[in-house]
Amino acid sequence: MSSVLVFLETKNNEVSRISWEALAAGHVLAHGLSLPLDIAVVASPSNPILQKVQGKAPRKVYVIDDALLHAYTSDGYTAASAQLIDQIKPVSVVFPHTYQVRDFAPRLATRFNQVLISDVTGIEVSGNSATFIRQLLQGKLNADYHHAGDGISFLSIQAGAFRADEPQAGETTIEPFQPKLEASQIRVQPGEPFRASAQTVDLNSASILVSVGRGIKEEANLPIVQELAAALGAELAASRPICDAGWLPMERQVGSSGQTVAPKVYLAVGISGAIQHLVGMKGSQCIVAINKDENAPIFEVADYGIVGDLFEVVPALTAAVRKAKG
Amino acid sequence: MKIIVAIKQVPERDARIRIDASGKWIDLQDVEFAMNESDAYALEEALQLKEAHGGEVVVLSAGPERAGKTIREALAKGADRAIHIQSSDETELAKFDALGVARLLAAAVKDEQADLILAGLQSDDLGLGQTGVILAELLGLPHATLILKIEKTETGVKVLRELEDGWFQHLELPTPAVLTIQSGNSKLRYATLMGIKKAKTKEVKVVSVADLAASAQSQTPVVTLDAVKLPHKQRTTQILGGTPAEAAAALVEKLQFEVRAI
Repeated sequence: MSSVLVFLETKNNEVSRISWEALAAGHVLAHGLSLPLDIAVVASPSNPILQKVQGKAPRKVYVIDDALLHAYTSDGYTAASAQLIDQIKPVSVVFPHTYQVRDFAPRLATRFNQVLISDVTGIEVSGNSATFIRQLLQGKLNADYHHAGDGISFLSIQAGAFRADEPQAGETTIEPFQPKLEASQIRVQPGEPFRASAQTVDLNSASILVSVGRGIKEEANLPIVQELAAALGAELAASRPICDAGWLPMERQVGSSGQTVAPKVYLAVGISGAIQHLVGMKGSQCIVAINKDENAPIFEVADYGIVGDLFEVVPALTAAVRKAKG
Repeated sequence: MKIIVAIKQVPERDARIRIDASGKWIDLQDVEFAMNESDAYALEEALQLKEAHGGEVVVLSAGPERAGKTIREALAKGADRAIHIQSSDETELAKFDALGVARLLAAAVKDEQADLILAGLQSDDLGLGQTGVILAELLGLPHATLILKIEKTETGVKVLRELEDGWFQHLELPTPAVLTIQSGNSKLRYATLMGIKKAKTKEVKVVSVADLAASAQSQTPVVTLDAVKLPHKQRTTQILGGTPAEAAAALVEKLQFEVRAI
């Protein structure tokens, strides 16, 4: 019987948060289409994380296990996932939109003559037809997509777009799945993951973050945000281009390739708010944006906004903070 | 080393967003275009590899006539020649899904026998983030994504891949291979005056989308874009107006008495 198949991703024997969110998205789709939901995960069948998966009320949990999958490779994961999909023939395959999924899921979809609908932020089902919403132009535009034809649809779900489900009671069967893989199929040889430098700044312990983006224009202009951070007793953070340019160390980077933060106040200075940045900070309690472009996507998540030239607004704000603090 | 670099011309980052009459894309009138950011880094990696090991850099781009400007820019920076898959107007390529576009690219390069095909990791306009990966599957080549650095080895390449949360990983791949490049690892070069002059005489092979589609076993799109909309606001933003000093004072008051963070 056809189903919605959700792939979960694990890290250090934990199912990642974004995977639970993808599962929630899978439930929205399965419920709308009146289909059962199954889960697939690459793990050893004796792995304790499977106990946790059972609490989420899927029908079956397919546990894909092979020595050739112990280290992630695009070749191995594509081949193994394709074999499982061939066997169970789901209507739809749902992934969390992680770096790993971005690496192999488009290849997997191509193998079925399909296209991954990537980075989905919303699913609306009406009748038998689903509309998938994703962002264009760095978040400045939303688009409605649909899957045509009677093939399998492939989706990946953006971090934070769906609320992870509460555990529900239900019958679950664990089904080991042993793919047929040959070492010669794995053309990419992966090395051990490593961290570039020891993290000495923990952005998560700061209650206020002042975060700076492209709008600052030059490294020489950084002192104006540093002064604001000092006045507020805040830690300084940045969007990716600032760290790429070497103006601030990588460990201060917020976003999908940096840290995910949720401070009491997140003050975004000259940050337009590309998706990759928003996923790292949109859980903040209060978001303040200072930007010259009133249409910048950062204002979609901001509680307070100042539209203006940061070179005028930031020094004024520093002065006002100092005055308030006496 | 023969390297193909796939490059897309996209609206500039600060382009004004107005939805066009079709409701499926933005009005392109008065929009300026630029080379997609991560594609520019892919080109830079290709040029550096050529400088170190010799060979040829071939630019590959699909787009209407206007994309020729971005192609010339790549040639001026040092690419040797280009293949322009030219669409007859602004809408012809929109009729293809990502697989359809990748099929056109694959058909255009299949006889090139390149050692490496590089692409940016995603476009700044559609942001699908998969054209390079699909191309690898269509051509039967290994691939790796989110690559920051490429070194040549005896049998292929060793690459540095970005993982999440500040982690990295080295990978080794045999060539030919497809790599998608992450932005930001190196400093982009500017075209020199001499480069701009030379670019005018470099070969740009123009093939039409229609001709290529006929030979590329195209299929009906499996994914279609129905409509674009301006995003809903996720939170209600209170815009604090007035002079910079007035706005700053209002914000401090909010942070003090409503958010209670100061």
